[in-house]
Amino acid sequence: MDVWLNAIMVLLVFSNLILLGAGRLSMYIRCVAFQGFLLGAFTVLAHISDLTVHVWLLASVGTLLRGIVFPAFLSRLLRDSGVRREVEPYIGYTPSILSGLAMLGAGMWLSVRLPAPAIALPRFVVPVALMLIFVGLFLIVTRRKALSQLLGYLVLENGVYVFGVALVQKTPLLVEMGVLLDVFMAVLVMGVAMFHINREFDHIDTDRLSTLKD
Amino acid sequence: MAIASLIPVLLGLMLAPLMLGVINRTKAAFAGRNGQPLLQQYFDLWRLLHKGVVYSRTTTWVFRAGPVVGLAATLSALLLTPLGGVPSMLHFDGDFVLFALLLGVVRFMLIVAALDTGSAFEGMGASREAAFSALVEPALFLALASLAKYAGSLSLTGLYVPLDLAAWAQAGPGFALALITLLGVFVVENARIPVDDPNTHLELTMIHEVMVLDNSGPDFAFVQYTAALKHWIFGALIAGIAIPVRTGNVLLDTIAMVAGIGVLAVAVGVVESIMARLRMHRVPQLIVGAAALAVVALIVVGR
Repeated sequence: MDVWLNAIMVLLVFSNLILLGAGRLSMYIRCVAFQGFLLGAFTVLAHISDLTVHVWLLASVGTLLRGIVFPAFLSRLLRDSGVRREVEPYIGYTPSILSGLAMLGAGMWLSVRLPAPAIALPRFVVPVALMLIFVGLFLIVTRRKALSQLLGYLVLENGVYVFGVALVQKTPLLVEMGVLLDVFMAVLVMGVAMFHINREFDHIDTDRLSTLKD
Repeated sequence: MAIASLIPVLLGLMLAPLMLGVINRTKAAFAGRNGQPLLQQYFDLWRLLHKGVVYSRTTTWVFRAGPVVGLAATLSALLLTPLGGVPSMLHFDGDFVLFALLLGVVRFMLIVAALDTGSAFEGMGASREAAFSALVEPALFLALASLAKYAGSLSLTGLYVPLDLAAWAQAGPGFALALITLLGVFVVENARIPVDDPNTHLELTMIHEVMVLDNSGPDFAFVQYTAALKHWIFGALIAGIAIPVRTGNVLLDTIAMVAGIGVLAVAVGVVESIMARLRMHRVPQLIVGAAALAVVALIVVGR
């Protein structure tokens, strides 16, 4: 049981490192979709002792959105924008991977110091949740393309979700669904905004937006 | 020291060139060719050993020492390599440091001999080899350290003997990561695709092959046999993790390991057939990624 949860956590770390080291945007999307499926499996495994309809509903809707709907939507955006890869991120790929390790280390350091309630899950879960959050922020800050930043936001949200499942075993279904709806709306709105940026300026580099003047 | 501890050494000595044969046959099968005979590498070694040697007038004794010392160091490393559950001939605490050192000596001699020829191409290959191997050594150490953390032992044999199915059930994710790291180390150390293309004829793109352009006759046979042994040694390290067969029966364990190394050879052939070589500046990123995974493995196993 624990070994499977650990395996999921390790795969999450693995996908994070790939996200940090990859340059192709389609790879980013695939990684985030993979994380969506992992989170679905994580939801089921974390509640393995009482598998209610609630858990199944949460896992299936979450997987459907994070693993299928978002990636399909984003792939479409990617195809329309005509951008293929992240060009010259503010922090290069190799330093990014090393920072990813530092983030995992920071997660471990923090998780020991958190006044967290006793949790039944393996101790590796909280550090990975924190790492997901950090990696999401890192992607938002250091990548140029709007699409990568949107994906960074999704990774961040994945981290918050893992964190929530780890610390609060029972969240009301309504709250979870509300969060999912929020994420869905956010992706939709950002996607539409990106579509407009792309149509207006023929690119989705956000750094060039800061030099806009009217 | 039982007869059993001779097995990893003898098998390595005998089967190492065969591993290259399997890789070549797999690539040939993918390309729709019949390919060279499985034993071609042995024929090549035999032919080269019966040839004369040509030394350039610019070379010194360093160039002549290179292949010999390289082969000797590789053979010493082979003595330290366990074959899964079958213990190595020599083992003591901390022998994996010596193991890495011996492989470092192999590389050092190769690099020095290449520089000794004074050829611009060989110098370029040597500089690349030096750069990549400096990066790959931490990855190797970290991967072995994660195994050491689990096994609580500091010798290669001690790392590999307790790696059975129960260990996988307990710390499987960590071992899987260490395994991926070692696969990365394998392609870099043995100059296979996606790091280096052993078949290319463009010196500009080569790493390993370009350094041995000036070697001929028995010297070249030594270099090739060294390369084959390195394939085998790293294959044994990888199969030792990937195949958690520890029956205690030497024969069964050995068969499982040899089968594992065979599968690895086929996998290498498949990868070489379906992947292109990475651009040179992407290689360090691959190695750093592999090392990062080993760090994660260390953390996972350690907790």
